[in-house]
Amino acid sequence: MAANLKDGYLDMELLRFTTAGSVDDGKSTLIGRLLYDSKSIFEDQYNAIKQASEQRGETQVNLALLTDGLRAEREQGITIDVAYRYFATPKRKFIIADTPGHVQYTRNMVTGASTANLALILIDARKGVIEQSRRHSFIASLLKIPHLVVCINKMDLVDYSESVFDQIKKDFTNFATKLDVHDIRFIPISALNGDNVVNSSVNMPWYKDGPLLHLLETIHISSDENLVDCRFPVQYVIRPYKDEYHDYRGYAGRVASGIFKKGDKVMVLPSGFSSRIKEIDSFDGPVEEAFSPMSVTILLEDDIDISRGDMIVRENNLPNIGQDFDVMLCWMNEKKLVNGGKYAIKHTTKDARCVIKDIRYKVDIQTLHRDETDNSVGLNDIARVSIRTTQPFFFDRYKNNRITGSIILIDEATNETLGAGMII
Amino acid sequence: MVNYHLNHIKLLEAESVFILREVAAQFERPALLFSGGKDSIVMLHLARKAFWPSAIPFPLMHIDTGHNFVETLVYRDELVEKIGARLIVGSVQESIDKGRAAEETGYNASRNVLQTVTLLDTIEEHKIDVAMGGARRDEEKARAKERFFSHRDEFGQWDPKNQRPELWNLFNGKKRIGEHFRVFPLSNWTEMDVWQYIYHEQIDMPSLYFSHDRDCFVRDGVIYSCSDFMKLKPTEKVENMHIRFRTIGDMTCTGATLSHANSLEDIIEEVAATRVTERGSRIDDKRSEAAMEDRKKEGYF
Repeated sequence: MAANLKDGYLDMELLRFTTAGSVDDGKSTLIGRLLYDSKSIFEDQYNAIKQASEQRGETQVNLALLTDGLRAEREQGITIDVAYRYFATPKRKFIIADTPGHVQYTRNMVTGASTANLALILIDARKGVIEQSRRHSFIASLLKIPHLVVCINKMDLVDYSESVFDQIKKDFTNFATKLDVHDIRFIPISALNGDNVVNSSVNMPWYKDGPLLHLLETIHISSDENLVDCRFPVQYVIRPYKDEYHDYRGYAGRVASGIFKKGDKVMVLPSGFSSRIKEIDSFDGPVEEAFSPMSVTILLEDDIDISRGDMIVRENNLPNIGQDFDVMLCWMNEKKLVNGGKYAIKHTTKDARCVIKDIRYKVDIQTLHRDETDNSVGLNDIARVSIRTTQPFFFDRYKNNRITGSIILIDEATNETLGAGMII
Repeated sequence: MVNYHLNHIKLLEAESVFILREVAAQFERPALLFSGGKDSIVMLHLARKAFWPSAIPFPLMHIDTGHNFVETLVYRDELVEKIGARLIVGSVQESIDKGRAAEETGYNASRNVLQTVTLLDTIEEHKIDVAMGGARRDEEKARAKERFFSHRDEFGQWDPKNQRPELWNLFNGKKRIGEHFRVFPLSNWTEMDVWQYIYHEQIDMPSLYFSHDRDCFVRDGVIYSCSDFMKLKPTEKVENMHIRFRTIGDMTCTGATLSHANSLEDIIEEVAATRVTERGSRIDDKRSEAAMEDRKKEGYF
């Protein structure tokens, strides 16, 4: 182990993935198996859920109890909220955002998907591609999750048939042409028996691409970051007021995308002033370059008035600058969206107000059909809307940049987060 | 070719630093809850990084049950002195003296639950609008449902079924007067991440985390340190054991583990091999299946 510490045990990649599913499609069993087989369930946790399962009169240890942490969830046997689970193998660390799959929990699915590199879609081999699988895939594509892994589960109940697997794969691929996802993988599994979850299945010798965990450990994610468009939203200005740092004025923030280097010529928005990067600073000393998603402090050669909400960019690669844009909006509150309504809006480190100029169409998330006649947007609905903000935003299309392309809307009276938008 | 890739430790650090800066930018009177345990030590270390070369722009707040390990208090005071931070201490003893809280009685009496009263009173007294805690989602099932930015009503209560959705890195810290927030910058860290980070950063830790000889007694399968705060039952006897603490709360609710780990490398190795959660030695969680959720709803850490 001491050797491991030095040979990369500290140097692992982190993969965030999301799962969505309902009670009976085996999602909890699959997560339970990943955690159990990777030895991430501890004895006291296992004993606690075993005891709880027995008390509820269940014959098997109910692995769903591991993820359903709230009293109400346990009582009702449903997942209400996003639960985050953590596990690690010697190759990678994983964060699972486990979300409920029913249509009334679309907002939770969207939440879980917003930070994920990969989505696991579960399909029951007996049922094939159903509405729920289409809905999950659509949300994954809407939120621009770069990798989609379709697990065709319960293969044990279809005699581990290759032709069943091939047919579902074909159906899904046909449907996926309507989606904007470029990396889709298919794995035949049985979560219950462990086929192709952690270990390769002896029951499906025709499948040669390795089990799910192997894919999760090896799928290439380092190119998911946008390292081209340099965007640095200023989060906080550091002025030490100490003698030894008399003229220190550092712009702290997290690189949204791109690579910033010492000496780079940059432009500051909204002022439009140009300067050069004097230094990229950190507690551990200056760094030569900063890339997403590093948190650093940038010092410029010139004294320019910069505050939170401003953005440091490259002159030859500017974001869109403007007060008008369209978003795909996922509505997350019982109170309906008001056409013409005014809301508080958050974008990168910027706070402003906005007005809903137009509700263009609503998307039926079962059929992906656009309905231009229906502009009633309620809880869990997804619609394309036009927004005008009180001040200019510096934004990119969500498709190109998940950080500078996303916004949330907030109720000005209750301060609740009402909706999440992806800039088109 | 340069590899533009952050390993998991650097990624978690960048995320936590972002959260800490977001707190300083969005709130007027933050405080960092500091218990002297490993998670709050790491959180404080990250706060120093987030605002360097400035001093951290908020005070530390310690809710002192009066039943602390001496080592914890010594460590706390030395660290505060070293980094020049301001420390606010909320005293459970004072809450009891003022009649705001009533001491539990019996062999298993603990001031764990009473801390909530002192915490909320201290937050109110100092007009704190956000208290940052070192809680992690992997620790406990109710915590797995917690947001980074967790809204509390004017009574300090958490409403788990009505939490604000939290997407991307957009954190909504808006609130009405009298309400406050709890923010958990280490939400995505695991126990292993914390120890790997401590190792990576070579952070000084309280001696309690390393194996040492100590007078202990065993109750309900848990090894307790002998202290003035816990009365031995007639059947219980004092034994000198070679132990360390995996988690540090106050003396009445923290169990020890038999261990020979006396370096950070040893601890990491032990954490990797262990088959029991760290909160398995926390008696405060064992009071019922939803003990943590219930305390959190009331305003606990």
